[in-house]
This record gives sequence, structure tokens and C-alpha cells, in this order.
Amino acid sequence: MNWYKFSSPKTFYPVAGSLAPYFLGVAGALLILGLYIAFFLAPTDFQQGEAYRIIFVHVPAAWMSMFVYLIMAGWSVVGLSLNSKLSYMMAQALAPTGAIFTFLALVTGSLWGKPMWGAWWVWDARLTSELILLFLYVGYMALHSALDDVRRADRATAVFALVSAVNVPIIYFSVKWWNTLHQGASVSLTQAPAMAKIMLMGMLIMSISFWMYTIGVALLRLQCIIAEREREIIWMNEAQRSE
Amino acid sequence: MHWGSLDNFLAMGGYGFYVWISFGLTLACLLFELYGLQKRHVNSQGDI
Repeated sequence: MNWYKFSSPKTFYPVAGSLAPYFLGVAGALLILGLYIAFFLAPTDFQQGEAYRIIFVHVPAAWMSMFVYLIMAGWSVVGLSLNSKLSYMMAQALAPTGAIFTFLALVTGSLWGKPMWGAWWVWDARLTSELILLFLYVGYMALHSALDDVRRADRATAVFALVSAVNVPIIYFSVKWWNTLHQGASVSLTQAPAMAKIMLMGMLIMSISFWMYTIGVALLRLQCIIAEREREIIWMNEAQRSE
Repeated sequence: MHWGSLDNFLAMGGYGFYVWISFGLTLACLLFELYGLQKRHVNSQGDI
């Protein structure tokens, strides 16, 4: 099987269209399961009462906000090194979804912070760097639409994504490096999770659901981007031929 | 199931306002994104 075939927007277009519904379907099913665990199986937290249930959307959204930026940076590297149009499009297709998750992480965090900390917002390192991430997403999208030449916009935003990805580890490690009001990681790769199993299970299922949603939505947006861009090419070709 | 009644469930131990806005806003954002994409998709169809 020739995998390079799929790096062409024209051949990937129908593939994206046929894959997207499956990802979105799985996302929906896992979301229902995750919400069931979040509201009916997970016990009340002995310190935070029922307000802690916000973490079932807050943590997965925050994780996605960081993951998506790293993946955009990854596609940018592929695009810059192989000069493949589809890689740039992949990065571009992910940006709005990443921005939405960043927004949700900030707002749900705020909604948790008010009853727990007594403040909607504090300028601690975690919150501030996450807010910067939102600005980076917006900046990425604004930069792409500001440049008329799409190929140039692709390369410029790829470099931008690559350089600004340095903010992601800063967000992740902010709770270690600085004295933050935001609590440290409850789930990490190196230590046993500091929470009940069923809570962890709910959070992981919600995270996988958000993952599937992100892939499905990115594929749909990729189709839109391909259709909109190739239309211009066809239009250009026809215009040039008629001269 | 430890809620007992629908009122208890909606009250969320007094944190209902924060909990329901969090979950509601998340769902609303995701559905809104899907809706917007669907519209953009329809507009971009037929041109390729």
C-alpha cells in the first residue's frame, strides 16, 4: 500500500469524510458513558463536595488544549520538512478546536475557582500561561488569515506554532516550577494517581471522548479547508486558461 | 445513585450553578462548533 498517496489533499478528502462520522460517533457514546460516571458513579469528594465534578470537563479540556497545540506543532514540523500541503492543512484544521478547549479549560476552571478559592481568577503561573495559550491559538488563526498567499501563510503559521509550542511545557510544569494556587498534577505518568479509581476512570473516558471529538471535527474542517482551497486553484486554472 | 431526588441532583450540594454552567457551556461549545462546521461544509460542497 502506498501511504504517500494519502498525503495528497485530493485523495485524502473522501477518506476524511468517511472516517469523521465514526470518530464523532465514538466520541458521543463515550461522552454519555463519561457523564454517567461523572454524575452517578463517582462519589462526593470529602473536601470539595459536589463542585469537584467540574473536573470531569475541566481536566480533559485542559489536557486537550495542550495536546492539540503539540500536535499542531508536530504537523508544522512535517509540513516544513516535507513541504506537504496536507500537513499544514491538518495543523490549520486543529486550531479552532484547540482554542475552544483552551477557552473551556479557562472558564470551567474559573467556575471551580470561585466556590473553592473564592476568586474567579488569580494571576498564578498555571492560569496565566493557559491564558497565553488561548492568545497563541487566536494569534495562529489570525496570522493565517492575515496572509493572502496561502502557501506563505502555511509556512509562517508553522514556524509560529513551532516556536510558541514552548508555552505548552511551561503550562504543564508551571505547578512544579512556581508556587501556584492551582494544585499540582493529580494524574501523572510517573506516580500513582492521587484520586479514587472511579473518578480517574470518568476523567479518562471523558478525555478519550474529547480526543475522538477532536479528530472527527478536525477531519471535517480539513475537508472544508481542502474544498475551499482547491476551489481557488481550479478557479485560478480556469482564469489562466481563458487569458 | 446517591442523589435521592431530582432536586438534590440539580442542587449539586449547593454548587449547582457552577457545575451546570461548566457542563452546559462545554456541551454548547462543542455542539456549536459542529453546527458551524456543518454549515461551512455545505457551503464548500459542490466546488471540488
